[in-house]
Amino acid sequence: MAQLNVNIGRLALKNPVMTASGTFGYGTEFADFIDLDRLGGIIVKGTTLLPREGNDYPRMAETASGMLNCVGLQNKGVDYFCEQIYPEIKDYGTNMIVNVSGSTVEDYALCAERIAALPKIPAIELNISCPNVKNGGMAFGVTCAGAASVVKAVRKVYPKTLIVKLSPNVTDIAEIARAVEAEGADSVSLINTLMGMSIDIERRRSRLSIGTGGLSGPAVKPVALRMVWQVARAVNIPVVGLGGIMNATDAIEFLMAGATAIEIGTANFIDPTVTVKVVEGIGEWLDRHGIADVNEIIGALEQ
Amino acid sequence: MKKYVSDLLVSSVEFLRADYFLMKLAAADGQPLPEMRPGQFVEVKVEQSGTTFLRRPISINYVDRARGELWLLVHIVGDGTAALSKKQAGDTVNLMFPLGNGFSLDYAPGAKILLVGGGVGTAPLLYYGEQLRQKGCEPTFLLGGRAAKDLLQLEQFRQIGRTFVTTEDGSAGEKGFVTNHSILAQEHFDAVATCGPKPMMMAVARFAFSKNMPCEASLENLMACGIGACLCCVEKKNDGHNVCVCKEGPIFKTTELQWHN
Repeated sequence: MAQLNVNIGRLALKNPVMTASGTFGYGTEFADFIDLDRLGGIIVKGTTLLPREGNDYPRMAETASGMLNCVGLQNKGVDYFCEQIYPEIKDYGTNMIVNVSGSTVEDYALCAERIAALPKIPAIELNISCPNVKNGGMAFGVTCAGAASVVKAVRKVYPKTLIVKLSPNVTDIAEIARAVEAEGADSVSLINTLMGMSIDIERRRSRLSIGTGGLSGPAVKPVALRMVWQVARAVNIPVVGLGGIMNATDAIEFLMAGATAIEIGTANFIDPTVTVKVVEGIGEWLDRHGIADVNEIIGALEQ
Repeated sequence: MKKYVSDLLVSSVEFLRADYFLMKLAAADGQPLPEMRPGQFVEVKVEQSGTTFLRRPISINYVDRARGELWLLVHIVGDGTAALSKKQAGDTVNLMFPLGNGFSLDYAPGAKILLVGGGVGTAPLLYYGEQLRQKGCEPTFLLGGRAAKDLLQLEQFRQIGRTFVTTEDGSAGEKGFVTNHSILAQEHFDAVATCGPKPMMMAVARFAFSKNMPCEASLENLMACGIGACLCCVEKKNDGHNVCVCKEGPIFKTTELQWHN
């Protein structure tokens, strides 16, 4: 059986398969379906300094090979996370990573500082790319200066592994990746959702309460894969790839494009056991090809 | 209650009308089905196509313990449910189940419970009525539709409890809406449960509230995951907080919702 361990900076993963924030709750929601300990990591729901109710219903529209959502970072805030949720999830046998979101540089830093104090959380994923909230981070994630300012402030207070989640809603994602690398990010993850829209023509209304939403699912995979490939060539820090991964073949494509690890998101809604199937599928593919270590295929795309 | 994801075997698909079918499913390994509460639902995987991607949430219509069968009453509303209707005996269907909380069953024997349904919303009331009957309660069904052809499974309902119907065109039962039925003025019920179009459920809730009867409603907000992970299907409760219909519901006490404000 091939060796599946990978490292995101100082963070060791037993395999490259993680779950994407906002699609896997706090892991507990999936515990009836899979053994969570088999995953490389679980990235929990976006957490903000203060509680947020999120956007009004409706928040979701099914699309061709995907879905739009405008949940809007609904969460009970970092204090609730630390006091109520952390004790429930801290002893899972996988890396529990918190996705941190905010509206101001100060919010991000204060939230990250609180999470830094939790010994069983080895990393955060900084969300500078939520498309569904005014000042929900995407404002930071679409300019090099904005992205750099958040990462700089968080880096000062967060000593553990810092992954920065990038928005695809930009002209040049590689430039943003270089800007956050320069401020000390340990890794970048991409892509967050692509801004989209869906209209109910009978009602002449958007299907989403705030008009627009973030597109995810296999519809975005080619775009995500291209961006991961571009960013992996532009930075020296490890890249975490996500966007429409539905199976092991998709995951291996991202690894070959240069991702050190991958996240599975929307596919969890179709098959709650998909993450474990992808772990197994990557191992089987490596064995079938006589490859002893998954690291051998990372960025192994031939020109 | 433990949730499962598994392939179930289609025992039969019976069309009750051109756009409604009853699918009966059994465990593929012949084992008994897990415990399921009335009011809970399943997420059915549909063949992915250019227009279908997510699972389809469908309420549990009935559980036939003797035959080890789970019944789903499905209204064909789009490509996903149309694809599902083409399944045949011997095919498999992948289900996540049972999901959500379920209707209240903690009533004293002899309690009179009124179950009010409209359209395909009558589906979960069949299993609920049967379970109430098992508990020694007395379920009474009040089912509404636009016309006689909208009233499905009346034979099964009548086997479980007294069944009253209304139609908007007067082609069956009393003419009008469920909330106009004469039974409501004649009898007292200990509790009310309702499932159907939201305006109907809100009218039923207002009636129950005016009579001091506790009322539960089954919500069907648009959802993706079905297990409280994606936070898409939210409903705002009286306390101002959003909760997931798939996890905290789909059954809610109507006084907890912002329906009476």
